Parts: sequence; C-alpha cells; structure tokens
Amino acid sequence: MKTILVVAESRQNELRPISLEVISAAQSVREADDKVVVAIIGQQSESYVDDLSLKGVDEVVAVKVSSEDFDADIHEAAVTSLMENYTPDVVLLPHSVDSLGYAPTLARKGNYGFATDVFKLEYDGQDLVVTRAGYNEKVHVEMDFPGKDCVILTIRSSVFKAVEESGSPSTTSLDMTNIGSRCQNVRYVEPEGADDIDITSVDFIMSIGRGIGEESNVDEFREMADLSGATLCCSRPIADSGWLPKSRQVGQSGKVVGNCKLYVAMGISGSIQHMAGMKHVPTIVAVNTDPGASIFTIAKYGIVGDIFEIEEELRTHFE
Amino acid sequence: MKILVAVKEVASLDDDFEIRDDQLDVDEDFLLYELNEWDDFSLEEAMSIKERSDTEVEVVVVSVGPDRVEESLRKCLAKGADRAIRVWSDEMEGSDSITVGRILAAVAEQEKPDMIFAGVQSSDNADASTGIAIASYLNWPHTAVVAGLDYTPGANKATASRELEGGLGQEVEISCPAVLTIQLGINTPRYASLRGIKQAAAKPIDEVSLSDLGLSAEEVGADAAFSRVRRMYIPEKGMATMIEGTTAEQAAKLAQIIKEFKGEA
Ligand SMILES: Cc1cc2nc3c(=O)[nH]c(=O)nc-3n(C[C@H](O)[C@H](O)[C@H](O)COP(=O)(O)OP(=O)(O)OC[C@H]3O[C@@H](n4cnc5c(N)ncnc54)[C@H](O)[C@@H]3O)c2cc1C
Repeated sequence: MKTILVVAESRQNELRPISLEVISAAQSVREADDKVVVAIIGQQSESYVDDLSLKGVDEVVAVKVSSEDFDADIHEAAVTSLMENYTPDVVLLPHSVDSLGYAPTLARKGNYGFATDVFKLEYDGQDLVVTRAGYNEKVHVEMDFPGKDCVILTIRSSVFKAVEESGSPSTTSLDMTNIGSRCQNVRYVEPEGADDIDITSVDFIMSIGRGIGEESNVDEFREMADLSGATLCCSRPIADSGWLPKSRQVGQSGKVVGNCKLYVAMGISGSIQHMAGMKHVPTIVAVNTDPGASIFTIAKYGIVGDIFEIEEELRTHFE
Repeated sequence: MKILVAVKEVASLDDDFEIRDDQLDVDEDFLLYELNEWDDFSLEEAMSIKERSDTEVEVVVVSVGPDRVEESLRKCLAKGADRAIRVWSDEMEGSDSITVGRILAAVAEQEKPDMIFAGVQSSDNADASTGIAIASYLNWPHTAVVAGLDYTPGANKATASRELEGGLGQEVEISCPAVLTIQLGINTPRYASLRGIKQAAAKPIDEVSLSDLGLSAEEVGADAAFSRVRRMYIPEKGMATMIEGTTAEQAAKLAQIIKEFKGEA
C-alpha cells in the first residue's frame, strides 16, 4: 500500500485545470489499496475542496496559509509538513511556473528522489520508473530512484486527461497561517496586446519561428499569410525580439490557439512550451530543414525543406 | 558588489545521432556544445545592472564542467564578465541538476555575491531546477522564471516580475541576497565586440576543484544524484505524413491543403 500526495494549484481565485491532470497522473499508478491525498494550499483553500472531490481521491486537505498568492517559502514549508503527516511514497506537482519555484528545494531538503516534466509513470516491481524527454525533445529518458523512499515529480501538462467524475473523499483542514515568507506579491500584470486580434479565436494560422533568421524576413511571411487568408503568429523568440507583438505568441507563456483547425509551422522546432499552445490543432503542417525536428512528431503533414524556398513556391498558388 | 551568474554549456544533437551501446546517453560524437540560450539573458541582466550602477559591480560567471567549457566561459568574458570560474573534478561526472546546485552553492559560499542569476532551464535537459537548488543549499530567498527585474546592487530588496502561464505577469518583492532564475526575453543580449573578444583572451578563468570547495566525493556525481537514467531511446516519430518531391511539388501540396481547408478546392 502506498500513499500518493498530489499538490493542486490555484491562481487568482481559480483552481488551475492542470491540477485535475495531475490527479489523473496519480490514478495512472494507483493500485487498489493505495491512498491518494490531494492538497490545496492558500488563504481560501477550502473553497476548492468541492472541485477537488473527484473519483479516485481518498482525501482532500485544505491547507490554510497567510497568502492566497503562490509563495515559494510558504509552499515549501506547507508541503514539507504535509509530507511529515502523510509520509507519501510519491508526491506529484504540476510542472508549472509555481512548482519550478520550490520543488527543487523540497527534494533537496528531504533528499527525496526527483524528476521534472514527467509524462509517464509506471512501476517495475517495487521500483517507480518515470519517463521525461531530453535533448530538446529528441530523446526519451527513463529514470528511476534507487534507494529513495519518496519521490517528488512534476507532471507535464496536457498529457494526462483531467479527472472529471466526482467522488466523495474525506476532507481535512490544516492551519499553517504562521509560516513566514521572504517574497511578497505586489500585483498581477495582465499580458499586453488587448488591441490586437485575438489569435485564440481564429481557425487558420501561419506561424513563424526562429528559422526565419532575421527581422527583415518577417514581411514576406506576413504577405504570404495575408494572401492565403491565414493569421500570422509566432514562437517565442520572434515575440521576444519584438518582430511580432507578444499577442501573436503561441505556447505556454503565450496563447493556446483553441479554435485553430489548420496550423502551418514555418521554421519552428517544436519545443514542449510551443506545442502546449497548438498540439491539439487537427491539421498541423510543419516545414523544417531538420528531419529530426520534434514538431514532426505531432504534425499531420511534414515537409523537410527550406521555408524560404517553400514560401516562394507557395506564393505562386495564391497570387 | 558582486553578481554571480551560473552558466551551462549545453549539448544539442547532430542530425542522425545515435544512442550509446549502454543506452544511457547519446554517443558523444553526435553532441554539439554551446552556451545555454537562457544564460545569454542572465549574463546580459547582470551586465546591464553593472553598467547602470553607481557603485562598482563585479560580474563573475561560473560553470561546472570539463575543459571544453572554457570556450563558453570565454564567450561570457568577451561579453564583459569580469571573471570566470570553472569547477571540475572527475568525481563530478554524472551529477544531476540538484547536485550541480550543491557545487555552485559551495562556490557562492566562497564568492559571497550579493545576487545570483541562473537560467530558468537548460535547453538540453530542461530540468529547470539548478538555480532553485543553489538557493536551497544556501537557504537564500529565490524566485523562478523572472522576466523583469528592478534591482540596485547591495539593496536588501528587489522587485522581480515572474512570468506565469498565459503570459500573465506577477510582480513580487523579494529579500536579497537572492537567487533568481532568468527567463528568455527579459532583455536583449548583446553580441561580443571584437575588442571584447581580444580582452577576454587575457582575462583569468579560475579553476576550482572538489577539494577547493571543501566538498567530498560522496556529495557529488552520479551516486549523489536524485535520480538515475535507466534507458535513453529515440521515440517513435509519430504520425506525420511526409510530403516528398521537389520544392514545387511540396509547395503545391501545401497549397492544396490550404485551399481544401478554405473550401476553395
Ligand atoms: C517557462 C517557459 C515558457 C515558454 N513559453 C513559450 C511559448 O509560449 N511559446 C514558445 O514558442 N516558446 C516558449 N518557450 C521557449 C521554448 O522553450 C523555445 O525556446 C522556443 O519555442 C523555440 O522557438 P523556435 O522553435 O522558433 O526556435 P528553435 O528551437 O531555435 O527552432 C528553429 C527551427 O527552425 C529550423 N530552421 C532553421 N532555418 C530554417 C529554414 N531556413 N527553413 C526551415 N527550417 C529552418 C531549425 O531546424 C529549427 O528546428 C518557453 C520556455 C520556458 C522555459
């Protein structure tokens, strides 16, 4: 019998959907007599208990702390004492910006096994074996944790299907409002670009990546997008360089293009953060000079070729 | 005042790479080394703080790795870092991100910087944990994925803007000294000037070993790591139908896909 502790995540008074995916990851290795405990940490933690009362969850723990906003010191201390109380065998966190801020210290202080951005968990006898990617998604790596009684993992988003069916776990409340912090929330800043078109609503996108090389090449792709009726979007380096506005960035820290049906990726390698914004698109066509580019693993059609040569030829069909 | 910038030489893969016979890593012949992309941004952040500061600021770059890492450290010196430290002992081979954090924390204990920057993650393994592990060993305040920073060297507080999912920003006030992991796009990294490259050749790269740091062999390397690689393999390529032919043929097919989508074909 093992105990799996899931730490759910909230932000700006909402439960983050990835929490339900992490519960699903816990189910993927749950055996009949195992116990799944889901914790939520925040000033208003009790308000999420209903949403977390899901099938396959045995207990929901609402941990009340002094700050509603994520705080690395508070989360670390809270999860540490949860781990003392529940002595879990496995602790699952979302692979999120918040978790990145404290998961490594948690693992280090307890000398627990540790792996991040995990997308598969399984048991080989008694041994937990997890899979993550390496070398910019070009290889997969199976890892284990010899000699570790407890393992902390952060779970990749959009891999495990969110648990939706409700259940009736027991609930517990813990007060940890006495934990101090060395880092305080000042304010949230909404992303800019509200005046630009909303790329989450369009159905056809042509997206450019670092493969376009120079700013002066953006125009020909803008023209191509216009000619073919596509909305021009981009990967992060293009927005970071200011070649296209941030509002056109697709991915984890940009937009998820929820309504897109056709996505033509030009010179984009397919990092996990970019794919987070577009891998659901039914028809993805990727053009890349590197036949090993990971974008080809999710594309429906692939062209190994130079985006400038392809663009020049493509144009003739629309002019 | 001093800012310590932790940098990593990352490996990318050559086309047609092969996995080693023991299936634990990629065959070394197919690895191409370069400075981690995130580290260009952390170095730039340190350099711009130095240049804006009224008080003297020393920017020190540190990396854990064998001889070849010197090349990446030279690149940082060419961009203006004052000094570089390369940490290596054979026992460090196989260290994971947290163990590397331990080594870097030991360097920080000797250097006593006022601020430490590390990249959010490295482009090869993307563990995204070294920086925060450094903070953990030092017991310093820390925050991850910083995309904006307001910091005066020596101040006991800084305002950092964390970049959250969906591009939402969160400004936090953090006590210093602190460890911040720096995100892409926080600034525009400079290129090394010709003069910088010349000067870099003359700047020192201190070499530091395990014993210099007062660490023991048991504290580093594969045996001290928090995880172990069991097997590395090349994943199935997925479902992409490759469009073959001449460029004109490939483009014609793409045009057809677009036109069919728009109901024009
Ligand atoms: C917390 C966090 C959040 C992030 N959020 C996002 C995000 O929201 N969106 C995002 O995109 N990234 C995001 N990133 C960054 C991400 O990790 C990658 O750095 C980025 O996606 C890489 O963009 P790219 O594919 O355009 O560039 P690269 O990875 O450099 O790929 C360029 C590609 O172009 C190909 N190429 C080059 N020249 C040509 C040519 N002439 N013809 C055809 N192909 C060519 C190359 O083979 C290569 O595959 C985030 C990272 C972190 C850590």
